Amino acid sequence: MKTVFINTLLALAESDERIYLVVGDVGFGLVEPFAQRFPSRFLNAGVAEQNMTAIAAGLAMCGKVVFTYSIANFPTLRCLEQIRNDVCYHNADVKIVSVGGGLGYGALGISHHATEDIAVMRALPRMTVVVPGDPIEAGFATRALVDHPGPAYLRLGTRGEQPVHKADLSFRLGEAIRVREQGMITLIATGTMLYNATLAAEHLGRQGIQARVLSMHTVKPLDTEAVLTSARETDAIFTVEEHSILGGLGSAVAETLAEAGVHVRFKRLGISSAFTDLVGDQEYLKHAYSLSVDGVVDQITACLDSWAVRAADGKYCVNASTA
Amino acid sequence: MWMERVGERTDLAEGAELARKIRCHVVRMTHRARSSHVGSSLSIADLVAVLYAQILRVNPTEPNWPDRDRFILSKGHAAACVYAVLAEKGFVPFELLDTYYRNASNLAGHITRSGISGVDVSTGSLGHGLGMGCGMALAGLRDRRTYRVFVLLSDGECDEGSTWEAVLFAPHQQLDNLVAIVDYNKLQSLATIKDTLALEPFADKWRAFGWSVREINGHDLAEIRSAFETVPWQAGRPSCVIAHTVKGKGVSFMENAILWHYRPPDDDELQRALEELKVSG
Repeated sequence: MKTVFINTLLALAESDERIYLVVGDVGFGLVEPFAQRFPSRFLNAGVAEQNMTAIAAGLAMCGKVVFTYSIANFPTLRCLEQIRNDVCYHNADVKIVSVGGGLGYGALGISHHATEDIAVMRALPRMTVVVPGDPIEAGFATRALVDHPGPAYLRLGTRGEQPVHKADLSFRLGEAIRVREQGMITLIATGTMLYNATLAAEHLGRQGIQARVLSMHTVKPLDTEAVLTSARETDAIFTVEEHSILGGLGSAVAETLAEAGVHVRFKRLGISSAFTDLVGDQEYLKHAYSLSVDGVVDQITACLDSWAVRAADGKYCVNASTA
Repeated sequence: MWMERVGERTDLAEGAELARKIRCHVVRMTHRARSSHVGSSLSIADLVAVLYAQILRVNPTEPNWPDRDRFILSKGHAAACVYAVLAEKGFVPFELLDTYYRNASNLAGHITRSGISGVDVSTGSLGHGLGMGCGMALAGLRDRRTYRVFVLLSDGECDEGSTWEAVLFAPHQQLDNLVAIVDYNKLQSLATIKDTLALEPFADKWRAFGWSVREINGHDLAEIRSAFETVPWQAGRPSCVIAHTVKGKGVSFMENAILWHYRPPDDDELQRALEELKVSG
């Protein structure tokens, strides 16, 4: 994902002289082409994320479109007040990019697990929060954010994310993408869980549970219409995110459903409010925290069982009330 | 030569009168609002007066002129002083000053640009201004614009790690269009700088980080002007003015007293303050 991001930014910067890239001493093997091609628009701010964010705001107040770039929690939590006051309050055209959102830095430990970032960024006024689900979405999101004035947070995976979409995707900020169409239940996934959610839907389909899958690449502003349509058209909604179940996609969807007065079976899948202090790579940790494909399938079938929406013969029953 | 000296005296008199008016506004505003930070605002009145009377290239009829000098009040709690000078220089109407702290007003207790002509940057949390100033200065160099960026910091603000991140950054990027001014009044909220988190050797710290540094008397208008009008003192280096000041300067009973970081003047104290300011002006 990060490769797509930087290649897209390089292409955009050729024709848009406003674009600056400011990194917090990360990006080895990735940002060099940008630094070489546009030395006057590239800065390594050093291991100083507060200043990285403040200078980005200052540059943006002088007409630049500034991407700050670091990993995990460093460009967000480490400099949160600069984001709130300097960037958001001034409505500065700063795009904060974090690589390795969720458990992407696996064995590096909890300091490198970004598991509350969506919640925190989502709470900030004027902030747009974009969490692409695959490399193709990441490219479109990067382009879209340059054209979208004001503060934004772009949460990327690290490397090796599988494509879910075809290249000719129709992508608009704030509009969910239906990855699988009709279903009896809906999985709403964001970011690095989109791929697993899609595979989980296929597994569930083989068990007779047809699942719609939405890619909710923009967590804020949320595509509430897509949520409510799925609430009307399917019997249960599951949100799936590589993030705490507090405050992120699941909370955003829950708020939408509750305020709309929609009654639908609902469950947030993600990381419970605990530190992810097991040691292992991203796939290991996803498995450990029930976010592997099997983990997602198991959590969903367990919910459906507990909600008694299966008929006695084991087949899924569409109308929960008659089960 | 003689004409120059007359001109200089006239300019200094203009700065002194502006500083006196600012101080009168500040005590009235903090009294009316029952607000804190009167001492912090009085401390910088001379620095701000010289900036606006003689140094800053700004225009109240075109406040967003792209080549304007930028002024950032990083010690945002001294907002009353800057609101006052903006009124005196025609950026905002005098009546606006009456609304400081008031419900439904645009004048927040910490400097906020919401609709206030002449305010580029909102601050209030300490340690933010110099970093934003670095970004603005860098944009100016990259775009080959001639504007300068002046950032006024408090001494207490130099406790913040983020301040020192920016202090490291500016010389590294050779931001010689950037001027940091430290209001070194040596008092924090609860105690002296020395007893809170000592800064000395303060000027040496800035020098060691790569700044061109001058220490001045922050109430001597000629010294202030001489320092500001000659920046940058060294090509390729940002300038740091360490202005030795007295918190509460201009009102005898507020000078160098911790009490007036938070306490607003009551009716009697306001009258005494105004009498002193009229006499001393």
